[in-house]
Amino acid sequence: MWICPTEYQGDETITVAHGGGGRLMHELLADIIGPILDDEELCKSDDAAVIPQVSGALALTTDSFVVQPLFFPGGDIGSLAIHGTINDLAMRGARPLYITVGSIIEEGLPRNTLLSIFRSLASAARESGVRVVAGDTKVVERGRGDKLFLNTTGVGVVETELPITPTRIAPGDRIIISGDIGRHAIAVMAARASLNFREPVLSDSTPLWATVRTLLDTGSDIHAMRDITRGGLAAVLNECSQMARCDITLEEDAIPITPAVRHASELLGLDPLHLACEGRFIVAVSEADSESVLEVLKTITPENGPSIIGIVNPTVGDGETPTKPRRNRVIMRTPFGGARYVGIPTGEVLPRIC
Amino acid sequence: MTFDDYYRDSEVAEKIIRDIFSVATRQWRIMEICGGQTHAFLRTGIDQRLTDVVKLIHGPGCPVCVTSPEVIDNAISLTRDSSIILCSFGDMIRVPGNHRTLREARALGGAVEVVYSPLDALSFARNNPDKEVVFFGIGFETTAPIVALAILIAASEQLNNFSVLSSHLLVPPALIEILSSAEAGVEGILAAGHVCAVMGYHDYAPISQRFRIPIVVTGFEAVDLLLGVYRCIVQLERGESKVENQYQRVVIAEGNRSARDALLEVFEIDSQRWRGFGSIEASGLKIRLPYQKYDAFEKFSLARDADEKPSECISGAILRGIKTPLECPAFGKKCTLDHPLGATMVSEEGACSAYMHYKIG
Repeated sequence: MWICPTEYQGDETITVAHGGGGRLMHELLADIIGPILDDEELCKSDDAAVIPQVSGALALTTDSFVVQPLFFPGGDIGSLAIHGTINDLAMRGARPLYITVGSIIEEGLPRNTLLSIFRSLASAARESGVRVVAGDTKVVERGRGDKLFLNTTGVGVVETELPITPTRIAPGDRIIISGDIGRHAIAVMAARASLNFREPVLSDSTPLWATVRTLLDTGSDIHAMRDITRGGLAAVLNECSQMARCDITLEEDAIPITPAVRHASELLGLDPLHLACEGRFIVAVSEADSESVLEVLKTITPENGPSIIGIVNPTVGDGETPTKPRRNRVIMRTPFGGARYVGIPTGEVLPRIC
Repeated sequence: MTFDDYYRDSEVAEKIIRDIFSVATRQWRIMEICGGQTHAFLRTGIDQRLTDVVKLIHGPGCPVCVTSPEVIDNAISLTRDSSIILCSFGDMIRVPGNHRTLREARALGGAVEVVYSPLDALSFARNNPDKEVVFFGIGFETTAPIVALAILIAASEQLNNFSVLSSHLLVPPALIEILSSAEAGVEGILAAGHVCAVMGYHDYAPISQRFRIPIVVTGFEAVDLLLGVYRCIVQLERGESKVENQYQRVVIAEGNRSARDALLEVFEIDSQRWRGFGSIEASGLKIRLPYQKYDAFEKFSLARDADEKPSECISGAILRGIKTPLECPAFGKKCTLDHPLGATMVSEEGACSAYMHYKIG
């Protein structure tokens, strides 16, 4: 068995030379990143990872991570990259198996920072039973990047019979949310703006596959799942309603938001529905199975306050005529007996949140 | 229940709605001055509950919307100078001047920084002594005091690379303009609580008397707005016209003395151009002579007056309360949140943006 060497003890700072393909780069990969990730296939340093044959349909996803700052309450760019990739696979009912990680490092990044991030990344991967089997490292000159960007590709094997996708959402389906929204965005914003809340808001960054697998085990008639990332709950539900060609009606009172997130949003002038999460998802499930799905979620993460937040209505309009631009929309019933649309946020609500 | 929860409580709201219907004998035309109020009405949906008794006329109180396009052009022209860092509130960078937006100017290489406060712009000035830092000072009586404070701090630190492109506006003169023209047919007014928190509401009494119109200062939660509407309608039904303060938990008649003092120390009242209105007498704030070195208009010899180019956007009529967004042929078609034609769609507080975001119809 191959044994990774002890930790690299060289220079304190990453320089362009570390990305140059020469001896320093070899040291960086073989002495720092390799031992931390500790994967046999990765440490072979071949041009491509070779993985054993997988039985079943494959799910493939790619994602880039540019979160600023690199460390925030409740996580860092390393764990975030793993969680984000795993969650995208999980939303298609796929068990995450392999991940590749590409790093773009800005010259001047302290070596210890890189170490901490890769330790966190490795531990997040191990926690979910995912192997990091391939990687790439580039270093750019100071001022041409921003400390560290990561890009991942994830491979998973689909473990469901029927496809899980918003096009299967049907009238009468219930929309269930797995927990309270907005914590990731507020945690990152607070770290960025040095806001000190009396009760610190921790990111909700977390891997979702184990929860999803448990839901699938119940045999419930799950039509779609989506993790709530950029654009928040509002964007996810609008995508669902567009793809399903249905209206979705939400009950404002039912959407779980912690007081800390609500107050921080007000302070920053943000709508919690637009805030990114990194460990929350919605499930569209038939009415008959909605209570059992909710019960499962309540058993796994009662502290997050999972809740049935809405229902899928029959679609209105024929979906073709341009004179009806407003169809397949998300409607929110307010506690005051009114109703309003829930729109997609435009442009840059919070740039570089993940 | 915390203090704020009371003002968001649906049962409390329900009771006030019943009270409103018990006193109203017809539909009244009530203007909510501030964009924050407009959004709160539409976001909570309470406008739908009141349609039989209230026709809401959306007012001019969206500072980003009414900032004149010419001053945005001035800000953009500054970004072409590589020695200048322009600091702006986030909303402002999306609003078009006569030609383009600050966001586009940034994409073309201009140094445009989004800040939450003019005090952050001061930090930019301290940290970049070889650059000129210009803060784009827009807004009503609410933002002017903190801009004044920034100038006072700059003066005390002798920070010479800091200046303010000031386009501050005052609410009461615009209100007089709207009521004088009678086009909007406004019968009652909900005044903006945060403006009054700074300036107090003594200025509103003569307006209320002159135009025989009830004015109620309100907050921004559902219960605040409903209480404001209730008090307004009670006055209208009795034929009264006086100023009332619903927002007593924040507003006192005299306003915030120290904020007002800072404002008046640095600024003097001057005529100001508003988008959609043109120039309104005594409706703006100009930096006083002793602080002229912090006035970007003077420092960079910018033109104060220029013509607003005609546009197919009807935001001017919307800001004057003459039209609603639904009366605009471009609304929701050519003009959307992603491709706004004008200020009332761009700004988060704009009436068109509120309709696009929330209004079912």
